[in-house]
Amino acid sequence: MTRDEIIVKVNAFLIDEFEIEEDKIAPNANFKDDLGLESLDFVDIVVIVERDFGFKVNGEEMINIRQLSDLYDYIDQQVNVHN
Amino acid sequence: MKRIVITGMGIYSTIGKNLEEVNNSLYNGISGIGIDPKRTEDGFRSPLTGIITRPELKELLTRRMRIGLPEQGEYAYMATLEAIEMAHLDEDFRLKNEVGILYGNDSSAVPVINAIDIVRNKKDTMLVGSGSIFQSMNSTITMNLSVILKLRGINFTISGACASSSHAIGMAMILIQQGLQDIVICGGGQEVNAEAMGSFDGLSAFSIRTDDPTKASRPFDRDRDGLVPSGGAATVIVESYESAVKRGAPIIAELTGYGFSSNGDHISVPNVEGPTRSLERALKYANIRPEDIDYINAHATSTPIGDLNEAQALFNVFGSKVPINSTKSMTGHEMWMGGASEIIYSILMMQNSYIAPTLNFENPDEYSAKLNISGKRMEKNIDTFLSNSFGFGGTNSTLIVKKIK
Repeated sequence: MTRDEIIVKVNAFLIDEFEIEEDKIAPNANFKDDLGLESLDFVDIVVIVERDFGFKVNGEEMINIRQLSDLYDYIDQQVNVHN
Repeated sequence: MKRIVITGMGIYSTIGKNLEEVNNSLYNGISGIGIDPKRTEDGFRSPLTGIITRPELKELLTRRMRIGLPEQGEYAYMATLEAIEMAHLDEDFRLKNEVGILYGNDSSAVPVINAIDIVRNKKDTMLVGSGSIFQSMNSTITMNLSVILKLRGINFTISGACASSSHAIGMAMILIQQGLQDIVICGGGQEVNAEAMGSFDGLSAFSIRTDDPTKASRPFDRDRDGLVPSGGAATVIVESYESAVKRGAPIIAELTGYGFSSNGDHISVPNVEGPTRSLERALKYANIRPEDIDYINAHATSTPIGDLNEAQALFNVFGSKVPINSTKSMTGHEMWMGGASEIIYSILMMQNSYIAPTLNFENPDEYSAKLNISGKRMEKNIDTFLSNSFGFGGTNSTLIVKKIK
């Protein structure tokens, strides 16, 4: 899976399942301050990432994810490791 | 003693999704009972249930608010929206004053089952998701509504089996009378799904009259064969008279009596002595005589022994004259919700001067023959009514409500 494909998929679930307005989505958007997500929402992000990308998420590694590009990077890295 | 009044009501039920629809169903004797094919597939003895559709909340609540709400929480939200609008409890008022919530709820089966399935299958608790815990606990309705509505007063759930929401109203009366709260959002919510009802079905307590579902719930009738489970949610705003007058809120009725008792007897079989004490305590609380009651909304669920024992208790205290009905003949048994919903049904009847029919009351048994019960609607002025709710473990609750004059 290319990075662009990852970005499309992540953005789609943020818009569809987290009801985030499309114009707020940008690589440097902060999950808390810009997208209005909180720690509880990260539990659901883990569920969806595992479902959509097929790898086991380590909850501890999610702690360092602050902005959207961090999540793209994390998934990119995990998908490549698994492949 | 402080006067306690009701300043708002809201309902989401199998016989209507708001007060107007419910009043129409009560007046015309329209049943909310049908068949759930899933229960047949799951090996239930009875597929009969109240039929209800879940509300669409996407336009009303954020995702974070929605994902903590189980089915009965959604019903409770809808009922409470109608009630707080009637009572003029807008968000600005709720933020500046202490509004409490005491709600009856005694199960939340589906979220619990779903969470356990995920943990067992995936061996990873995080995959349960963030909403599950808030849906799973018995206090789900009060924990969610207090956050959604920004409530700052008393906040907990009352689990007293099928008397839960009646006790919730009684507890609110006591808190207000003590001067500890001025306004409490009260009510009860009940999930309607096969998962929650399997173990109850296993007790053979449900009617199996499936040929005509609307004839299955037949309280006090000689040929009754069990209850029909049902649900939804009902909310009443309980408030001190002074607060209601000060706010200019509509005063719908006055709560004058609360009685309670415990049978100290069998876990599922009710008796006569316990309910009798609850009735007498409520009359004493209201400081009235039995003959002052114009109408009784019985607990009567359509089980052979339950209706028989309640009929004896009612006869012992009230004799033969006072008109009695069971709205469960239309709604089925709304369990955790029933105490609050039946206060609303009775207030609608009081406001419109009628007593809804006890559907399917065709032939009395030895004890119901001594009571004033009709299978047809009665036109009747009601100034004061009494409503009974009884539950497993022998918990009993009785409320008395009076017209405001």
